[in-house]
Amino acid sequence: MAASVAVAGAQHLSSVSDLVPDWARQEVSTGTTIMAVEFDGGVVIGADSRTTTGAYIANRVTDKLTPIHDRIFCCRSGSAADTQAIADAVTYQLGFHSIELDEPPLVRTAANLFKEMCYRYREELMAGIIVAGWDKRRGGQVYTVPMGGMLVRQPVSVGGSGSSYVYGFVDSNYRSGMSKEECLRFVAEALTLAMERDGSSGGVARLAVITEEGLERRVILGNELPKFFSA
Amino acid sequence: MMNIDQRPCESQRGGFSFENSRRNAMLEENLSKLGYSAPKARKTGTTIAGIMYKDGVILGADTRATDDMVVADKNCMKIHYIAPNIYCCGAGVAADAEITTQMMASNVELHSLSTGRPPMVVTVTRQLKQLLFRYQGHIGSSLIVGGVDATGTHLYSIYPHGSTDKLPYLTMGAALHSVFSLSLSTDRSGAAAAMSVFEDRYKPNMELKEAKTLVRDAIAAGIFCDLGSGSNVDLCVITKAGVEYLRGYDQPAQKGRKQGEYKYKPGTTAVLTKTVTPLSLDLVEEAVHLMDTK
Repeated sequence: MAASVAVAGAQHLSSVSDLVPDWARQEVSTGTTIMAVEFDGGVVIGADSRTTTGAYIANRVTDKLTPIHDRIFCCRSGSAADTQAIADAVTYQLGFHSIELDEPPLVRTAANLFKEMCYRYREELMAGIIVAGWDKRRGGQVYTVPMGGMLVRQPVSVGGSGSSYVYGFVDSNYRSGMSKEECLRFVAEALTLAMERDGSSGGVARLAVITEEGLERRVILGNELPKFFSA
Repeated sequence: MMNIDQRPCESQRGGFSFENSRRNAMLEENLSKLGYSAPKARKTGTTIAGIMYKDGVILGADTRATDDMVVADKNCMKIHYIAPNIYCCGAGVAADAEITTQMMASNVELHSLSTGRPPMVVTVTRQLKQLLFRYQGHIGSSLIVGGVDATGTHLYSIYPHGSTDKLPYLTMGAALHSVFSLSLSTDRSGAAAAMSVFEDRYKPNMELKEAKTLVRDAIAAGIFCDLGSGSNVDLCVITKAGVEYLRGYDQPAQKGRKQGEYKYKPGTTAVLTKTVTPLSLDLVEEAVHLMDTK
């Protein structure tokens, strides 16, 4: 369940090897730190904003929190092309399903659609996705679909190359029953710590809160991030 | 590629097979052992850029096309027509960028006739990204699409693997070499040089004159600081009112002029000795052919 590899020459088992021409090897990677937390009444999701091609930052203000439906978002990490294509496909499928049902879709349905695609094409794709949202049946939910295509629901989930640096922080600081504001601060602090230590994460911190009432998006600029000890 | 009906264990029936790219790479390896090399695809090296300004978008590009380290075309056109209100700069493999944009122009016109509406930038972008993703990066074209449509002004960048970014200012270059390569700046082509100009001087809602100067300076930075970019700056200004295609807007890199006269007068070198040896030749045959110089 390793975080996605930041380096563009990263490993697919079957396709990419030394024999493939070099221009086919370069992928735009979302390096990344992504995170999602459940609270009573909704979810708080967050991501950094850096997209890299090798050592060059292709986009320093990327939005990795992608809407899939009115109350369902996904956080993307891994290959930018793969995750954008998957998100577009799932958005279409979920929208169609929701019209058929004549009801807002379940977060679990969206997560399953991601899992189907990520598992079926696991050899070809490099995508680590966190699906989070709110629905009437189960409230706020976070499902993680890491590389390989596993699906599991977690109250808090981190992903991307920067996640490795904050597992300890998350495990020690998460408590169940946090309020929305506490969750926002928790996510902002975790993202900050990851962005400080991971070269492939950085830029601004994007946060979003999804509840029954709707959606609230926030951006925390670099100089407004919480301050920690720095040597 | 994205065939929903397949099981993972079945061998791939439909969709694309990329077996040939592996075969080609092996063939090239074998050829190089014998001392030959397969013909290389011509890349446009390239610096391309786009910005959104007060009334629309401005796209800019250099005009050099390279064949490895030789300039193949000193004045090629990298800003391609897609629709009357949408243009696209192409970097990477020259043929890929050219054909892809031509195909898009046709598709967009058909789509526009079918919907009865003028085309939208987001339509072009989505069709391009889905095409490039389908080919998994084997179509080596990096594109900047810009235009003004009924919903407003838009500027997108599209990478060879099919990812897109929507930003107010963008630069692109040829496809990167491996991340392990040491000389990143030449591999990235002129994009980094152009981006540094943008990051310094871009402001939202600039006036036309200032915006044109900014794009020209960014492309010039690419021309001077990158071996794969050169010759002239082309600009394309797209507004709601129409398009102004400025081919050869600026020529920052003029061919150097000789500073002085470097010919020597006859007699500069003193003659010390002179020996004449006549060669005895017999005239065998004489034929006169008139050249048609009309």
